[in-house]
Amino acid sequence: MSKPQDFDSKGYWSATLRLLITTLVIWFIVSFGAGILFRDALDGIHLGGYPLGFWFAQQGSIFVFVGLIFWYARRMDKIDREHDVHED
Amino acid sequence: MDLKTLTYIVVGLSFALYIGVAIWARAGSTKEFYIAGGGVHPIVNGMATAADWMSAASFISMAGLIAFLGYGGSVYLMGWTGGYVLLAVLLAPYLRKFGKFTVPEFIGDRYYSDAARIVAVICLIFISFTYVAGQMRGVGIVFSRFLEVDITTGLLVGMGLVFFYAVLGGMKGITYTQVAQYCVLIFAYTIPAVFISLQLTGNPLPQLGLGSSVGDMGFLAKLDTVVTDLGFAKYTSGDKSMIDVFCITLALMAGTAGLPHVIVRFFTVPKVHDARISAGWALIFIAILYTTAPAVGAMARYNLHTTVNSALATGGDVFAPEASLEGEVRPGWMKRWEATGLIRWDDKNGDGRIQYYNEKSKDEAFLAKAEAAGWKGNELGAKAKDGSFEGKVDRDIMVLANPEIAGLPDWVIALVAAGGIAAALSTAAGLLLVISSSISHDLLKGIFVRNISEKGELMAGRIAAAVAVMVAGYLGYNPPGFVAEVVAFAFGLACASLFPTIVLGIFNKKMNKEGAIAGMLTGLFFTMAYIVYFKGIFIEPMAKNEAANWLFGISPEGIGVVGALLNVIVAYLVGKMTAPCPDHIQHLVEDIRYPRGAGTAQAH
Repeated sequence: MSKPQDFDSKGYWSATLRLLITTLVIWFIVSFGAGILFRDALDGIHLGGYPLGFWFAQQGSIFVFVGLIFWYARRMDKIDREHDVHED
Repeated sequence: MDLKTLTYIVVGLSFALYIGVAIWARAGSTKEFYIAGGGVHPIVNGMATAADWMSAASFISMAGLIAFLGYGGSVYLMGWTGGYVLLAVLLAPYLRKFGKFTVPEFIGDRYYSDAARIVAVICLIFISFTYVAGQMRGVGIVFSRFLEVDITTGLLVGMGLVFFYAVLGGMKGITYTQVAQYCVLIFAYTIPAVFISLQLTGNPLPQLGLGSSVGDMGFLAKLDTVVTDLGFAKYTSGDKSMIDVFCITLALMAGTAGLPHVIVRFFTVPKVHDARISAGWALIFIAILYTTAPAVGAMARYNLHTTVNSALATGGDVFAPEASLEGEVRPGWMKRWEATGLIRWDDKNGDGRIQYYNEKSKDEAFLAKAEAAGWKGNELGAKAKDGSFEGKVDRDIMVLANPEIAGLPDWVIALVAAGGIAAALSTAAGLLLVISSSISHDLLKGIFVRNISEKGELMAGRIAAAVAVMVAGYLGYNPPGFVAEVVAFAFGLACASLFPTIVLGIFNKKMNKEGAIAGMLTGLFFTMAYIVYFKGIFIEPMAKNEAANWLFGISPEGIGVVGALLNVIVAYLVGKMTAPCPDHIQHLVEDIRYPRGAGTAQAH
């Protein structure tokens, strides 16, 4: 099996890159954003006994990373199928 | 049964398990030796990746680092997990589609150049050997502390075991033993954590316990009070500058994604789709330990302080003479671990009680009160290399002695010993395999002895693995004096050399070999030079390793980020000035960007 004759490689790649950028933006916001750059502001808010910025830095970012990878993988599967380049 | 016998039994059983698995999963072909035959289920691969990735440092040292750094320890938590997002979206699926055996092989083919492949092998060997030396040391240390044998004996046993399953089983043997090792290490880590969280906060989940309360106060708020009462910096703040925290985190993330022994694990799954999913599974298995670690660190720190000064927990007068623990009645675990030098009591003011506080506190009022109370300096620390008293408790004790501090039964202590060894062995084996395959597959088969037979290559791989085990053992026995410093090295170099070069190779199809080689060398040498300049590996440091001297305020741990940027800039500039990338390579790059047609990996 190879790529179909009418494979729109530009369309496929730009859809992939759009998803990639969305994923990396979320990745950046939860770790570098919430855990580092805006930590002081977020620490004013509490999540249970956790100051929020501290929680993102030591717990939250990791949970989001896990969810993010699975979400990314599912969205990529969809893009693959739409462009008919998925595996069997 | 005494603790030592029990520890021997538990560790012995875990070894028997690894050996059994290794015999069952012997490698018969180069494909099995390099990539476990290419048919590993994504969940199994995720588990193996987690064990591969979590080293002696993750298991033994990280919680202790966090305990004493507080918020500052977040760089390790985010840095060593966020890299998996980069792996999943930037590297793993594309390298899996490319479908070869090693990382230098991708770089050599993509940049149509043996020179690029050799540079990649050099980066890989440097990164992996510095890393593996620390693992072998870790095996030796766990042996010596729990089983009371000397470090050399521990090292030899560890070497023998790794030799057995890495040389015999290759990637296939390693994959399945890593799964077994993951199970051992994760139980060993979480069981004490659950008990301690339950004792302290009443919540069995450490992740929730850290955010719940002790008495009528939030645990973290209470811990902040406890440490500031002793003159330490607030736990939930840090003393590192923001730019440094930012750069260290980023360097650890990109470094993680650029570590060859992690990348090759994704060559073993059947499909591109599996490579993406498998990164997610790997991170789930890693997150179980990584979200537990901050609780272990914080609770161990709390237990240690409140044991030594009873007024901290009750809110009484910290400076009252009877608040400090009497040396004579100090707990048994403290006495036991004093034998290892990890913790030490030095009665400076001769009052027979232990005062543990920050004698270099920035809080003048606190220091004045301490002096008025007759405290003559911090009395709890560790034994320094030259035998003198060092005012810092060894951070490793936070995990190693944790079950004893919490008063858990002996079998839990034995399990922690087995877990520490599992963490070190699984990482060592993964590293040794990428070293041996870069020699047998990249240097011999790929460049110098192209007509070597399959059998010959497999034999070469085994010999290279055997030699690598010996070298690693030697480095572990006779550490070149910088094992503790090299963590920064391995990650910084991976971040500055391999990671940007691979990403450019996938996402910029016009990037040519001249650009890639120039970029890789720039990233490698800049980062190496900066670290050597401040840390003085092999030579004396040329400048004091402190913020005032750093470039843009970035410490050697975070400098890989600048190295990576330089790599990319140089690659672009050189790429623009030299011959364009040939058409067939640009087609190759287009080809790896979509999943269909990814058979299992093939040799040339």
